[in-house]
Amino acid sequence: MIKAILIFNNHGKPRLSKFYEHYTEDTEQQIIRETFHLVSKRDENICNFLEGGLLIGGSENKLIYRHYATLYFVFCVDSSESELGILDLIQVFVETLDKCFENVCELDLIFHMDKVHNILAEMVMGGMVLETNMSEIITQAEAHNKMEKSEAGIAGAPARAVSAVKNMNLPEMPKNINIGDISIKVPNLPSFK
Amino acid sequence: MPAPIRLRELIRTIRTARTQAEEREMIQKECAAIRSSFREEDNTYRCRNVAKLLYMHMLGYPAHFGQLECLKLIASQKFTDKRIGYLGAMLLLDERQDVHLLMTNCIKNDLNHSTQYVQGLSLCTLGCMGSSEMCRDLAGEVEKLLKTSNSYLRKKAALCAVHVIRKVPELMEMFLPATKNLLSEKNHGVLHTSVVLLTEMCERSPDMLSHFRKLVPQLVRILKNLIMSGYSPEHDVSGISDPFLQVRILRLLRILGKGDDDSSEAMNDILAQVATNTETSKNVGNAILYETVLTIMDIKSESGLRVLAINILGRFLLNNDKNIRYVALTSLLKTVQTDHNAVQRHRSTIVDCLKDLDVSIKRRAMELSFALVNGNNIRGMMKELLYFLDSCDPDFKADCASGIFLAAEKYAPSKRWHIDTVMRVLTTAGSYVRDDSVPNLIQLITNSVEMHAYTVQRLYKALLDDISQQPLVQVASWCIGEYGDLLVSGQLHCIILHT
Repeated sequence: MIKAILIFNNHGKPRLSKFYEHYTEDTEQQIIRETFHLVSKRDENICNFLEGGLLIGGSENKLIYRHYATLYFVFCVDSSESELGILDLIQVFVETLDKCFENVCELDLIFHMDKVHNILAEMVMGGMVLETNMSEIITQAEAHNKMEKSEAGIAGAPARAVSAVKNMNLPEMPKNINIGDISIKVPNLPSFK
Repeated sequence: MPAPIRLRELIRTIRTARTQAEEREMIQKECAAIRSSFREEDNTYRCRNVAKLLYMHMLGYPAHFGQLECLKLIASQKFTDKRIGYLGAMLLLDERQDVHLLMTNCIKNDLNHSTQYVQGLSLCTLGCMGSSEMCRDLAGEVEKLLKTSNSYLRKKAALCAVHVIRKVPELMEMFLPATKNLLSEKNHGVLHTSVVLLTEMCERSPDMLSHFRKLVPQLVRILKNLIMSGYSPEHDVSGISDPFLQVRILRLLRILGKGDDDSSEAMNDILAQVATNTETSKNVGNAILYETVLTIMDIKSESGLRVLAINILGRFLLNNDKNIRYVALTSLLKTVQTDHNAVQRHRSTIVDCLKDLDVSIKRRAMELSFALVNGNNIRGMMKELLYFLDSCDPDFKADCASGIFLAAEKYAPSKRWHIDTVMRVLTTAGSYVRDDSVPNLIQLITNSVEMHAYTVQRLYKALLDDISQQPLVQVASWCIGEYGDLLVSGQLHCIILHT
């Protein structure tokens, strides 16, 4: 069983934290800090497994992690999961994020935390692996997004209408209109921006 | 009151904070705004507010005042609201609050919703944080969904069932009829989660285990199809067809075959096939091989197969990938008791791993080396282990020293060798030696009467070199006290000439 999935950056700032066992809010933050502390000490050419920190079950649980550019992806699992299998799962997760966000980077995870949670929910449920087929996961995540879009999403309709107009490319208004020998001076209209 | 700011705005604002205090201030301001918005019972912006709350929760700020709001979102008709509401429930709620019980009715309705995505959301939430009461109430609905032909829902229902069984083990019987044709599914997602469900049921109840043994032929067939089938783009990972499913099935076979001759025999062929045909150049192939090896070792396999398994592990030890080496050492450690001779064949590779750069690998190699020491290889092994003791990290020295003492006690070829070894440990890692070893050493020295002169001379010389290591000083002082006459009289010369 997967106990927790954490994503944090090289400075320990959490970008995603999902716990499949209950801990209090304080303990959750402490676990994130402790895990960051353990994982950031590791050299690049050391193996990707280590024992869990004391707060998250100690030697009964393992931390399996991968370091991509500025982000650490850490899965905390117990002995019923295959370590090499989880490494592959992390790879599939990252590739899925890459397909969903088109060349995913840390900023994508920062600004779309809810979307990342939704993708993760299609892969892991209740601490167990649900689906590992990348195209399946992406299809379902996109279907969810379509449903949301049809309801105008979290932002709500009013804001979207305003931003839609703001982004409209209005042609430049000419200052003078010259037709034949008639010259009309165009009044200054207030800018929409 | 102006519209609450959007999640993206909030994130942008928080990122401009330059200090922790500034960030805290911004968050508190926003929390106050969110709280008053909640008080106004505003339906339009509730989901936006809860989304912001979840973000702040992730950063570590308290968010419990949003719990009830999540419930209101779940009860809403809009998909967007439900989605954020369920996510909030999973992140913020748990069984310790009574609030979660209010969700039960909503989940019940959503489990029967006309849209499959809503049903999926409720299954997911129930499967993540459902309490025993909730599971008891809703188990019937989950069981119904387990029999549906919709593969999207079926796979979620299977994992939800696992969670229900974990919370309320008595309900396991209820799911038995639904498992009848789970394995005949074509959809890999459903197959995967079904195997997880079957594994959970077998692990919990010996009756279920014997009941499901009859599934072994079917599982073997599925595994065979996965290996033999040609390239299948949707399940392919680095050239191997659905490795995750293969690994799961191998694990279930392991549980079913353990201790049972018939089942073990039925799987022998397929295990041999997987072990020899899997491509090992990528991690996925190795993951499958690893699982196969573990299965072979656990069931009643024939000896040829077991030797094949250990050889695979031996090959892993030579792999460039440090993860594979680590995993191989861990498995060898588990099997060294039962298949000692087969593991002995790889002794030199294991001893080489003592020189690896990776700390976790070194530790595993050290433990394994101690397990492999026997009367035949004691001299060679001890040389390597003493060299390791010299150069290893301080964290290891205590364990290594104790291990060396134990091994020396069991297999020492001669008293002189034994004392030399002990001396070597005391001089190289004296300060890390455990306290209880001092009396043991003294006992040893007392018993080797003919070695007294030699021992005391050597200890004296060692003290001359380095008097800082306490255990060494303790043993030496005792010896000099007991056998000081031998030291002074120089009887040593004869013994040195002898060797």
